[in-house]
Amino acid sequence: MTVSHTSLRSGMGILAEERFDAIVVGAGPAGSAAAYTMATAGLKVALIERGEFPGAKNIFGGVLYRKQLEDLIPEWWKEAPLERAVIEQRMWILGKESAVTFSHRNERYKEPPNAWTGLRVKFDQWLASKAEKAGAVPIYETVVTELIRENGRVVGVRTDRDQGDLYGDLVVLADGVNSLLGKSLGVHKEWAPDEVSLAVKEVIALPKEKLQDRFNLEDNEGCTIEFIGDTFGMAGLGFMYTNQDTISLGVGVMVNDLKKKRIKPYEVLDAVKQHPSIRRMIQGGEVKEYSGHLIPEGGFTSMPPLSGDGWMICGDAAQMVNAVHREGTNLAVASGKMAGETAVLAHQRGDYSIKTLGEYDRNVKESFIHNDLKKYRGIHGLFKEMNSDTLFGNLPQALNDAAYEWLLVDGVFKKEKQKKAIRTLRNAAGGNIDLLRLGIKGWRAING
Amino acid sequence: MLHIVVCIKQVPDSREIRIDPKTNTLIRQGVPAIVNFYDLHGLEEALRIKDEFGARVTVVSMGPPSADKALKQCVAMGADEGVLISDRAFAGADTLATSYVVALAIDKVGKEWGPVDIVFCGKQTLDGDTGQVGPGVACRLDFDQLTYVEKVEHLDDSKKEIIVHRHLEDGVERVKTKMPVLITALAELNKPRRAALPGVLKSVRYQPVVWTTNDFPDIDRAKIGLKGSPTIVGKTWVPEPKKVDTQMLTADSTDKLANELLDSLFGTELPAKLGWA
Ligand SMILES: Cc1cc2nc3c(=O)[nH]c(=O)nc-3n(C[C@H](O)[C@H](O)[C@H](O)COP(=O)(O)OP(=O)(O)OC[C@H]3O[C@@H](n4cnc5c(N)ncnc54)[C@H](O)[C@@H]3O)c2cc1C
Repeated sequence: MTVSHTSLRSGMGILAEERFDAIVVGAGPAGSAAAYTMATAGLKVALIERGEFPGAKNIFGGVLYRKQLEDLIPEWWKEAPLERAVIEQRMWILGKESAVTFSHRNERYKEPPNAWTGLRVKFDQWLASKAEKAGAVPIYETVVTELIRENGRVVGVRTDRDQGDLYGDLVVLADGVNSLLGKSLGVHKEWAPDEVSLAVKEVIALPKEKLQDRFNLEDNEGCTIEFIGDTFGMAGLGFMYTNQDTISLGVGVMVNDLKKKRIKPYEVLDAVKQHPSIRRMIQGGEVKEYSGHLIPEGGFTSMPPLSGDGWMICGDAAQMVNAVHREGTNLAVASGKMAGETAVLAHQRGDYSIKTLGEYDRNVKESFIHNDLKKYRGIHGLFKEMNSDTLFGNLPQALNDAAYEWLLVDGVFKKEKQKKAIRTLRNAAGGNIDLLRLGIKGWRAING
Repeated sequence: MLHIVVCIKQVPDSREIRIDPKTNTLIRQGVPAIVNFYDLHGLEEALRIKDEFGARVTVVSMGPPSADKALKQCVAMGADEGVLISDRAFAGADTLATSYVVALAIDKVGKEWGPVDIVFCGKQTLDGDTGQVGPGVACRLDFDQLTYVEKVEHLDDSKKEIIVHRHLEDGVERVKTKMPVLITALAELNKPRRAALPGVLKSVRYQPVVWTTNDFPDIDRAKIGLKGSPTIVGKTWVPEPKKVDTQMLTADSTDKLANELLDSLFGTELPAKLGWA
């Protein structure tokens, strides 16, 4: 629905008399980064957020990365509320009662730090406060219900408050994965079930010492664990991250698989908590929080056009998530910054049409966002084509079975063992040719 | 024009308060602060009067500097000015010391922005629950006090008359009085409004007026803060849950169940108490 603002003026009489250079919808990482960039450059910015305060209801895994936010706020980590500096990342491939694991631990991740674990309730609030201090006007507990358009151009937003219309030269849409506003613009449709996954997460409290012992950590060191397998043969990824004195544990599963198998996401999480490798890590912990959220998984092929007359869209609302590397917040921050910079340019030129705002599309195209997502664009197709049972059920199990055989000392000739291990994997993939095909497809999917 | 003062207090959000099982005290840390629920009903009534007759609404709060957020919220809703009475010397006040300072402040509000016609307070606070500050302020200002008001029936701004309904234990009292008057608000009085967008924008930039002890040259320092607070908390405890007899009713149809329920109710003293039997 669109409303013209002249008809409104006569109809309702009173309007918020203020006009803004830019209106940002959503105070997640993307929106706050955009608002900060614009406010710092002296633009008059409104930052609208539906939560009681930014981050109030937002969740993620979550790992926060240094680089992209550093480009915006040098040494930001010295003031931001963070949990632990990640010095070790582990990958677990789970079988029914087993795990094959890889990991990398490196002291070099300390100086300069690469990533931290964090909690959105605190982090989003902090980042938004930076935008506020730079001069952005916070309008919280306020939902933007629609965009106001005039002659096909976005000229403002309508909110759920009385006299709630707000006008600005341009609107930055940073309203997250569900982006109702993006849909209203027609830049993207309702996401298909194979373009999003549903994640559920628990925050589990554990005494600090116990946590540090279990994860092999000291002081402020942190560790992340991602796991695949043992998710009822559905395409999914689990995660277990160390905070100061809590553990973030969750799983995200593709919505189409959840639908097909008629399994509830919390059932997957409950099952995961019983896995012997995970059960021990969280033993004795107390569940403090429970939450759920969608994750964009469509990647490159699902990215909508990023700008138009009077608007730009960034972050999750534009499907900017690199699921393979669990990067999202950094893409959100980087795109918010680029949108903000383009807005500043538009302000200088006095041109808010796609001619100038299209600069944002071009900058994203040259950045890591476009390039990384492009590299993995085949993944979405691979998942679509392949049976999730094979990729996320049989193969991880087969790898575990093969590892078991390989390490079992039972007098069987090693040559035999090797044959058997390969056979196990081949059978899981559905035969020689299929294993080869999967290998090639997989390679292509992750190499653009 | 009428001048209405609303007294508010910032309190911890009781919906999020937990009790430390070891020490039996409230865990206040990390609990978000909100405007005391009943005070918002007082503010809403003041704003309704302002909408209908035109009035100046001044909000007064005694509290730490962080209570400016509560005053900003009131300005977002439509109050004209917020006054924060904040000074270390006021800290630790009980209801006696608080009423003394709040009354002084309202007196000063009258001198600054014109004589006060109505003062609204909440029935009580969520964290203290005493309900003593409103009446304490009324006595000191020598205003008529109308406590536990659930309805403002009529207001005549030229005759400065007001008719309200007071909710009492055994009924409702309809009272007519002359202003100035102090009213303590019940939740039944109204439904507080959501701030309109222009109000929110105004409140973002609004800075409340701050008064410290220096703004009250004649203040009696023996009557403020901890020193002016004779209240002694003898003991606090968490009441044991009351044990009540529970009777479970079962029947194969809802009609039968309802009849059984009525039968058993009429077997008690309740109907007589309620005047049904
Ligand atoms: C379980 C899970 C784990 C994740 N793990 C990681 C991780 O480890 N590392 C990582 O980098 N990323 C991770 N991500 C992804 C990351 O959370 C997102 O990519 C990132 O938050 C996107 O930021 P955003 O600002 O675009 O959107 P959001 O963070 O979703 O912010 C959108 C904001 O807009 C507000 N909003 C929405 N609609 C309206 C409206 N109509 N009016 C007003 N306000 C509105 C919302 O309340 C919200 O505050 C994870 C996500 C999930 C769900």
